[in-house]
Amino acid sequence: MKYQVNEKGYYGEFGGAWIPEMMFTNIDELKTRYLEIIESDEFRKEFDQLMKDYVGRPSPLYYASRLSEYFGSKVYLKREDLNHTGSHKLNNTIGQILLAQKLEKTRIIAETGAGQHGVATATVCALKGIKCVVYMGALDVSRQAPNVKKMKMLGAEVIPVHSGNKTLKDATNEAMRDWINNPEDTHYIIGSVVGPHPYPDMVARFQSIISAEMKSQLKEQTGNEFPTRVLACVGGGSNAAGAFYHFLDDEQVELIGVEAAGKGVDTPETAATLTVGSPGVLHSSKTMLMQNTDGQITEPYSISAGLDYPGIGPLHAHLHKTGRAKFLSATDEEVLQAALLLTQKEGIIPALESAHALAALNKIKMNPEDINVVNLSGSGNKDMETYLDYFGY
Amino acid sequence: MKNRINQLFETKKENILSVYFTAGFPNLSDTVQIIQELEKNGVDLIEIGIPFSDPTADGPTIQHSSEVALKNGMSVKQLFEQLKEIRESVKIPLILMGYFNPVLQFGVEAFCKKCHEVGIDGTILPDLPLEEFEEHYKDTFIKNNLHNILLITPQTSEKRIRQIDNVSEGFIYMVSSASTTGAGKKVEDFHLDYFERIQQMNLKNARLIGFGISDNATFTNACNYANGAIIGSAFVKSFDKNVTIKKSISSFVKHILLHA
Ligand SMILES: Cc1ncc(COP(=O)(O)O)c(C=O)c1O
Repeated sequence: MKYQVNEKGYYGEFGGAWIPEMMFTNIDELKTRYLEIIESDEFRKEFDQLMKDYVGRPSPLYYASRLSEYFGSKVYLKREDLNHTGSHKLNNTIGQILLAQKLEKTRIIAETGAGQHGVATATVCALKGIKCVVYMGALDVSRQAPNVKKMKMLGAEVIPVHSGNKTLKDATNEAMRDWINNPEDTHYIIGSVVGPHPYPDMVARFQSIISAEMKSQLKEQTGNEFPTRVLACVGGGSNAAGAFYHFLDDEQVELIGVEAAGKGVDTPETAATLTVGSPGVLHSSKTMLMQNTDGQITEPYSISAGLDYPGIGPLHAHLHKTGRAKFLSATDEEVLQAALLLTQKEGIIPALESAHALAALNKIKMNPEDINVVNLSGSGNKDMETYLDYFGY
Repeated sequence: MKNRINQLFETKKENILSVYFTAGFPNLSDTVQIIQELEKNGVDLIEIGIPFSDPTADGPTIQHSSEVALKNGMSVKQLFEQLKEIRESVKIPLILMGYFNPVLQFGVEAFCKKCHEVGIDGTILPDLPLEEFEEHYKDTFIKNNLHNILLITPQTSEKRIRQIDNVSEGFIYMVSSASTTGAGKKVEDFHLDYFERIQQMNLKNARLIGFGISDNATFTNACNYANGAIIGSAFVKSFDKNVTIKKSISSFVKHILLHA
């Protein structure tokens, strides 16, 4: 259990709850109650049932034979793109909505970048009949119109955020401000393994269903529950945390996280936090950040709005620091080509985010007998416009 | 030398007016003049805001001023440079208020030292929680005769208030209601039961009420329940391009202190 969070909410030197006093009561309530609630039989029963019948789990572990042939090594895809709403995000929002109910909260807030987490949150609020408010950068609102419309149809109120760069970071600030202003009735469903303790641990636990299934599916399909390596893209890092979780202490399994290089890590247009970042405190957590020497946060850039974040979950900062996981990055260009490759070899159009994980297959040395599991975190439905523009179909 | 915050609260027990402004706003080089004019017009205590790109505990007014200040080129380094000679002209206590990351990047120890050097008496760092402060930084603050002011809110439990009172020196910052910063509350909006509850706790520290204090009525009302009050957004909003800073500050403070 070397890589688990400690009592104070730290992974090594990263994590904690750097919250203003105005958030203390809410965070304290969560911190003291989340484990007891999510480990209770009643919670497990409802969570498992919804995972199976509503989300559509287990998601398949698919042996991609044409892709394997292309790379000369065995490639498996964990099909999170087949979950209801099209990504891994629903695993977490189902968990948190059940928790919010147990905490007797009557109003949900969330932040969203591309809109995937916003849609997943609006979905569970519809499912449970709970009021939902989603903050979204004004720029993202205009870039991701179909997801905005989906959230509205699901009954959520979408509030465009005009501060800062009008993207995910600013939406997160605004959601935190909302929580400060509504401490009694509201639960904040954070969309990744970021934010104050206990969020990184709580979200990782909800997403850990990914690696739990991987293990048993690999055992069934290959006779061995341990792959050679697991690859996943990293924005905040929730799908990667879920894909790594049950392998963290099995050091023979190589863990690879892939960040968005954007136009390149040596350009100002990048979101590769671990490559260009340094330790700091943002959104109530001590982690690696993109910032200037004065501690002001740098605006990130990536073609995939879901990876467009200047920080990273504290677990990943720790895995990076200790060397337990390796972190690579892929440029927009490499990612688009990887997406096209998967589409034409396997008939699966991946989310731009997930294509980052695929792009890493070109960057590592693989042996023919290796078992590579790529976490395909989401479907490309939301990204069709970008693909069509770029490839000119 | 004795900390100026303690001196203030020993000589004046009520109607203390503390004013917050964002350093570097409206113009980069206004800092010193704003401080001097506030003192001249009878303000008792000043909170100098260090702008941050992501001020999560602030409402639109301070967010906007921070954005402008950063664009103007304000930084922790620049601010210390501007404050280098402030103690030659200003006597009242000065507090730096800001978010933790810029302080962390400057280096907490270097920051505290620099505060001591230029004559800063305290800090307010909303996202540096009590626990982290006590465990890692308290000794460095004490060594530099710097008071780190902690916040309480209507939701803070009695046990935690006692804890905060124990660790605090100078005064306790009472957040008027569960909210981000922002002016324009009416007297009726205040949770008087919360004000009374805290008043009856007989804390060892003085208390100032902040967040939402914007005019003479809200200021006077807050003063009935604490040693004084803090005005931020309303002051930041009051700068008028068509009036000199001198005039703008004197009319603002007059308007607040009307009958006090
Ligand atoms: C499909 C998909 N994958 C990955 C991510 C990145 O988030 P995380 O790193 O938290 O999994 C997102 C975020 O919106 C997403 O929509």
